[in-house]
Amino acid sequence: MKIFKKFIIIILLLTFNNLYANENSERNEITKNLRCLICQGQSVYDSDSDFANSMKILVDKKLEEGLTEKEIYNYFKKKYGDWILYDPGLNKNTYLLWLLPILIFLFGGAIIFKSFILKK
Amino acid sequence: MKKKLIKYPIILIFLIIFVVFYKSLKDTNIYTPETKINYDIPIFSADLLLLNENLTSTEIFELDKFYLLNIWASWCVPCRDEHSILMTLSKNNKLNIIGMNYKDNKKNAKSFLDELGNPYQKIIVDKNGTNSIEWGAYGVPETFIIYNNKILKKYIGPLNQELFAEIQKIIK
Repeated sequence: MKIFKKFIIIILLLTFNNLYANENSERNEITKNLRCLICQGQSVYDSDSDFANSMKILVDKKLEEGLTEKEIYNYFKKKYGDWILYDPGLNKNTYLLWLLPILIFLFGGAIIFKSFILKK
Repeated sequence: MKKKLIKYPIILIFLIIFVVFYKSLKDTNIYTPETKINYDIPIFSADLLLLNENLTSTEIFELDKFYLLNIWASWCVPCRDEHSILMTLSKNNKLNIIGMNYKDNKKNAKSFLDELGNPYQKIIVDKNGTNSIEWGAYGVPETFIIYNNKILKKYIGPLNQELFAEIQKIIK
């Protein structure tokens, strides 16, 4: 009986932990995609600077207001520019970044096609 | 013949690599934010530091008047350096200076003003730093020049004599 009680206590302790696992998950996901502008190479999620802490509070506030993840990204983009996002959108400043891999891929494909398939 | 053809692209590639690296050698790796200007001021409401009031942005910023919003804190050392410039600017009737007290303790903020003087007409409190992010600010000190609810200029870091002259020119 004693072992049984201990067993129940251990099971309860293990299951209660799960309650806290998903806390702030949406906020964390968003702040991981935002760059901390005054720190080097850190996301807002990783940083503990004044700027990052305020950003976290603001993200919470915006989520409470019912904004979606995308709307929050757009909101910060409007304030601070593309640099704040780790995943920049396609626009006139970033088109080279997005198109270059595709161009290189096509170029390589053309070389392979020319030298291996046409020669045969 | 074939060897010659290979030589040129290799030289070209090395040249391109050299130029790219040489150029980025001089670039700083610290990101200096672009000063985006001419956008509307955010809509907010905030408590005042010295009076027991809560004001909205439309109550603070009237049309057809020049405003200078200065984000400061008593713990911020560069804010002390620029304070004398703010004091001189406050003598100009054309310019209304609004302060934003950033993540500060009320008592320290008040003693800071007692010690160095108060150039601000109104001081709004930004306890958790969210209001300054609404403005697109990075930290303290930071200064915005506002006219007709639009941000004309934004200065990151403390004001100096050069910027002082520039501000005088804008509000003329």
